[in-house]
Amino acid sequence: MAGVVPSATAGGSSSNRSASSLVDSLFQPSLDGMIKSLRSAPGGESALIPRFLSEIRREIRSTDNDTKGAALQKLTYLSSIYSIDMAWAAFHALELLPSPNPALKRSAFLAASLCFHPSSTDLLPLATHQLRKDLQSPKFSFSVPALHLLVLSSSSDLALHLSDDLLSLLSSSHTTPHVRRCAAAASLAIIRLVPNYAHGFLPKLIEVLGPSSPLLSAAAGVFCELVSSGDPRAYLPLAPDFHRVLLECRDNWVLIKILKIFARLTPLEPRLSRKLVDPICDLMRRSSAKSLVFECIRTVFFGFPEQEAAVRLAVEKLKEFVAADDDSNLRYLGLQAMTILRKDQSWVVEENREAIVKSLADSDPNIRGEALRLIMSMVFENNIVDISAVLVHYALRSDPEFCNEILEAILFTCGRNFYELVIDFDWYVSLLGEMVRNPHFIKGDEVERQLIDIGLRVKDARLELVRVARDLLIDPALLGNNHLHRVLSAAAWISGEYIKFSKNPLEILEALLQPRISLLPSHVRAVYIQAVFKVMGFCIISYVNVHIASDSSHDVDKNAGSESLDAFEGDTSKPNSPVGLSRMKELLTSKSITYILNLIVTALAPFSECEEVEVQERACNVLGWIHMLDGVEWKTEDGEWSKDSKIMDISKIMAGVFSEELGPVSVNAQKRIPVPEGLELKENLSDLVLILGKDYIPPLPTISISLQKPFHSEDKETELTTESTSLLAEHRKRHGLYYLPTDKGENGSNEYPRANDSTLSVNLDNTEELLKLTDQSLAPRKTKPSKARPTVVKFNEDDDLTTYSRHLKEKKEGLLTGAVRDVLLFGEEKPSSSQKILSEESAEKMVLEISASSIADSLHKEDFAVGEVEHKISNSRKSKHHSHGKERHRHHRKSEDIEDKIHSTTKRGSHHHGRHKHMQKGESRNALLDVAPHTQVVQDLLL
Amino acid sequence: MIRAVIVMNTQGKPRLVRFYEFQPPEKQKELIRSIYGVLSSRADNLSNFVQTDAMFGEDTRLVYKHLATMYFVFVFDSSENELAMLDLIQVFVETLERCFKNVCELDLVFNFVKLHTILDEIIFAGQVVETSSEEVMKAVDEIARLEKSTNPISIVTKSVAGRLGR
Repeated sequence: MAGVVPSATAGGSSSNRSASSLVDSLFQPSLDGMIKSLRSAPGGESALIPRFLSEIRREIRSTDNDTKGAALQKLTYLSSIYSIDMAWAAFHALELLPSPNPALKRSAFLAASLCFHPSSTDLLPLATHQLRKDLQSPKFSFSVPALHLLVLSSSSDLALHLSDDLLSLLSSSHTTPHVRRCAAAASLAIIRLVPNYAHGFLPKLIEVLGPSSPLLSAAAGVFCELVSSGDPRAYLPLAPDFHRVLLECRDNWVLIKILKIFARLTPLEPRLSRKLVDPICDLMRRSSAKSLVFECIRTVFFGFPEQEAAVRLAVEKLKEFVAADDDSNLRYLGLQAMTILRKDQSWVVEENREAIVKSLADSDPNIRGEALRLIMSMVFENNIVDISAVLVHYALRSDPEFCNEILEAILFTCGRNFYELVIDFDWYVSLLGEMVRNPHFIKGDEVERQLIDIGLRVKDARLELVRVARDLLIDPALLGNNHLHRVLSAAAWISGEYIKFSKNPLEILEALLQPRISLLPSHVRAVYIQAVFKVMGFCIISYVNVHIASDSSHDVDKNAGSESLDAFEGDTSKPNSPVGLSRMKELLTSKSITYILNLIVTALAPFSECEEVEVQERACNVLGWIHMLDGVEWKTEDGEWSKDSKIMDISKIMAGVFSEELGPVSVNAQKRIPVPEGLELKENLSDLVLILGKDYIPPLPTISISLQKPFHSEDKETELTTESTSLLAEHRKRHGLYYLPTDKGENGSNEYPRANDSTLSVNLDNTEELLKLTDQSLAPRKTKPSKARPTVVKFNEDDDLTTYSRHLKEKKEGLLTGAVRDVLLFGEEKPSSSQKILSEESAEKMVLEISASSIADSLHKEDFAVGEVEHKISNSRKSKHHSHGKERHRHHRKSEDIEDKIHSTTKRGSHHHGRHKHMQKGESRNALLDVAPHTQVVQDLLL
Repeated sequence: MIRAVIVMNTQGKPRLVRFYEFQPPEKQKELIRSIYGVLSSRADNLSNFVQTDAMFGEDTRLVYKHLATMYFVFVFDSSENELAMLDLIQVFVETLERCFKNVCELDLVFNFVKLHTILDEIIFAGQVVETSSEEVMKAVDEIARLEKSTNPISIVTKSVAGRLGR
């Protein structure tokens, strides 16, 4: 064994080259030897690998093929198992390809196939000749690896040189079916690489698409790939061939592929579903293979959800999947298949509700995830409150990961499309407040965003928002949880911005200044300080206003007073304020004002020397303001309001600073700003469009905050405000009802329990209770929501942007589809009729698309070799197809007759009209191609 | 299409790695590690599918089988049927069983080349070309016969090793 362990020979060099190579081959460790020493290495493998690599580097340059081969084999092993780059050895692999020794040759192929790198494909032309020889070899053990290398190379040069060989391999009857199957799979790669070659390969592949063909499985696989990666529309003309396979083939692998193809085709050609329902239902009933049954279910759900009977049967089968207690795979796939169904098929989910809710407690995270997705897909306006409440409670008992999955799903569903499902924002806001108290909660970012977003967009929710924010701010326990810092930041911002809705501003101020805020990161602390500033400003302004108002019976300078009143929008004396005038007067006494000023100074003084500039700057701002107030007489002893002009001035300035309301801004707002005269925008930048055009991705709709005069925005909003104030008035009358979820149960009190208190949950100890809850909630309720939905400010253009990106994607596919269309519609010279199976509209579109220019294009291909082959093939195909045609004609005649009867006469008439139109179009094109226009057969065959 | 086939042991050491789309070596290493991370965290009685959109792109998933000390992992996209892929793992393992009789991890370690030969008979360029383990075995035996007739590497090294071992 000593000889196989890497030895000191590694360093030894000999002046005699041939002698050294002999020594090398004698003492060279084999692959097995290397693996053994790697396994027994005391210091771990990683120490030995560099040594082996340097040895291999030396050996691989050997003139002796065996030495080289062994070295290459070792390198392949190392590269494959330890993911070591071996692109550098690509040339050596090619060197060994011509070796007469089959083992060497195959290991060279293996090495080449594993090490080929886009960067090393420039070497491949060196191997063109060798590859051709191997492709033609009668031994499958050579031709298959050669094919593989051709595929991996993804070099269009190589494809150009070898496509003829590939074609003859595909059609030759001498080669074994296995090799031909590989050739078919290889042709997929070639077609993708050079779409023009579709002209040569597709007819061949269509030819072997017969139910008895040995190549059927490979051909079906290729078409399945093509249909799913390109535009399925181009493959509609092949529907009769696929249909025949579906009827006659008994191989499950093939049937699965055919079903996958049809799942893509039926949405484009609804008439197909009539033809498919029976065979597919038959398969579902008959087959014992779960994989096939599952594929049938998926095809039915995806391809023709409108076929009642088929969907029924599929759902029956699906129930078996979902109920498979011993097989979690079937349960998982069953639930997943249900998510394909659209919303209008909610009865399926409803019927399986029990199983779905049970799955929420499954030990498999996959199954739980699917169950959650299904439940969320069934959320509507009328049950969102109940389902969310149940899920939020359920999340409390789940493991941390799934808990956050649940919360995320709720956040996503409720926040979708500007909260379209949420009618009662008070409920939603308090749900958010409840959510963040979950001990596993980590989705702070999203909650932060939604809280602020709702504040900006939904005026009517601000009252409740401030209440929720207060509860969050006031709880010292929350400050220690760093997942909540973002939420607290939002809460602080809300309390500052909408402080006028607060019942007790002093309390919020105290919460914002509590000692534990030192636990917050500095950017959140900066938000806190800014909120303190706003609250303080509000207190002082209110103090002044309240006392002016109460003194108005006395001798008060009315003008000055009313001015500052107006400046502060929605101030305390207005009727929609939650706090009455007298209450405000009670709260804001000279004593309390002095108290808060002192409190602020004590709490913020340390921050004025903070290292964080943001914090420092804001703290200094606040302290500076307070400094200005120094010496103000807040109240005289006898209860008389002292009309200190300084305080009036200051409160007026403050009111000016804070009266601007922040609102949501459309992403397109910038566009509406007129371009100032003389500013040339297009001059130099027009070129950029060309450069950026290809990969420009439009920004996602986001909200940015800007200053906006409250009542000077767009027409739309002014219109809304009168409506919303009346809504708010109505709302206030009953707001007590909505502050807390009604099902709070034994907790009863209006106070929230301490943070992260898991006893909060209603005790849902088993799934049965959950089931009971969802029982009511999932059942569709027809009752109208009792409460009108408040206005959510949004801009129409926000929606436009989402369609934009879809557009870009569609543009991408093109070349291959175009080529396939050429082949399937024209290449075989059975043109006009075949595309008639398309729906009228799409066919018309296509006629326009495939204009004379593209035909000319396809005729002018300079690729003679392929052109010739194609020609031959298409000729043979033509005659063959013809005979097929007759046969099929007979076969389908019967069903057509029946359909004719079903069709109403009027429908039929319009149909004919459509056909007529196509004939004309078809004829004009046929004139161009010089093809007989006599081919209406295909359409009749199919339908 | 099948995107990758990976066989690794329960410690995360790969024994067979085949990517049917080019992946640079560092990326391969990373993918194997993240797959192992997911698989090792899953208990035994759970379903065999894992969504891999984050690793292999949209609409991809993997199916795995945990047998003795090994994970057999197939990664594939939406043109393959999940249960069929599970069956295909079965075909692959059955073929290994036929080939090695009571196959164990050591067989996989020391038969690197043969493992690839078997796999290449079943999957070609990401497409399934053979699903009968009997047919696969026939082909593999044929290749082995062909190579044995003229394989100096094994003869030389074995004889040298044998002589020096004495």
